[in-house]
Amino acid sequence: MNYLWPIIIIISFLFAVISGNIQNLNNSIFSSLSDVVKLSLTLVGNMCLWCGIMKIIQETKIMNYLMKILKPILNWLYPEAKNNKDAMEAISINTVSNILGIGNAATPAGLKAMEELQKDNKNKEELSNAMIMLIVLNTTSIQLIPTTVIAIRSALGSPNPSNIIVPIWISTIAGTLTGVIITKILLRRRKI
Amino acid sequence: MIYFSAVVIPLIISIIVFCGLLENKKVYDLFCDGAKEGIRMTIKMFPTLIGIFLAIGMLRNSGLLDFLSKILSGFLKYLNVPSEIIPLAFIKPISGSASMALATDLITKYGTETRIGMIAATIMAASETTFYVIAVYMNQIKAKKSRNVIIPALIADFVSIITAICIIK
Repeated sequence: MNYLWPIIIIISFLFAVISGNIQNLNNSIFSSLSDVVKLSLTLVGNMCLWCGIMKIIQETKIMNYLMKILKPILNWLYPEAKNNKDAMEAISINTVSNILGIGNAATPAGLKAMEELQKDNKNKEELSNAMIMLIVLNTTSIQLIPTTVIAIRSALGSPNPSNIIVPIWISTIAGTLTGVIITKILLRRRKI
Repeated sequence: MIYFSAVVIPLIISIIVFCGLLENKKVYDLFCDGAKEGIRMTIKMFPTLIGIFLAIGMLRNSGLLDFLSKILSGFLKYLNVPSEIIPLAFIKPISGSASMALATDLITKYGTETRIGMIAATIMAASETTFYVIAVYMNQIKAKKSRNVIIPALIADFVSIITAICIIK
């Protein structure tokens, strides 16, 4: 990020000067600030809602059931985090939220998992293997109930908004499998 | 199915609250206790959000992405990839709100049941905003070295977009 961020800014500036988009670029700086404020207002509501619900899950038996169902797959995905119970709980909730298409619930659980994984991390400056897998899985985000897209399609007058679901499954599964396999291979060969 | 997608979230919340009641937990106190965490997390995220939105906003408005997708679409026409999709494929890993606007635009313009409309919808749902997720997750623990986590993430995005283009004819 410390390289990518300045590079994006500088390249954008240079390109805007060359292509004559400098007025747009200037406006974008201020509009992005107000975008973040707007986003944060909805975000803080969502985060509080799902953190609250997550707390209830953790204090009830639902957590035990979730953990039991997801254990085999999560142990394979996150071998070093096997014994970190708090992290595994957060990861379970994160995984289920992603699958159900509740991105708003996945984020607080995922961030919580990062904090718990950091406690076990030997080198605090670097992402651990489990964190890398967690991040990759959240970027690819396997989604079985694409609520947002179905809502958009129906709003735009689709006669059958949900017939997009099979292509989405194929595409999201292809992406997620690729992400997992490549991450596993890279980690095993110590290439990242 | 529309009904189904509207029912998912309220149903899940109700089931969870109901299970809490069955076990005689003080569900409301638990909820409020957990909700406090949400404020702390959002505050922690805020500076990163400003940082990424600033950079991504500048990138989008500089016209660089449009320029790149124009160059690329020339090549991709030969591979039977509709050039209208290219800007969306570019912006999807970078900005959630921009890609949402772009996809809605494409679907409105070409129709929900056309090839372009279907591909746009699939690309939107098949993955998350990669840069945003990485930045927010990294920021949470203040880690400095990302160990190139972006490489598998971007390859996965690429594969899911290509899959979408290939399966929707």
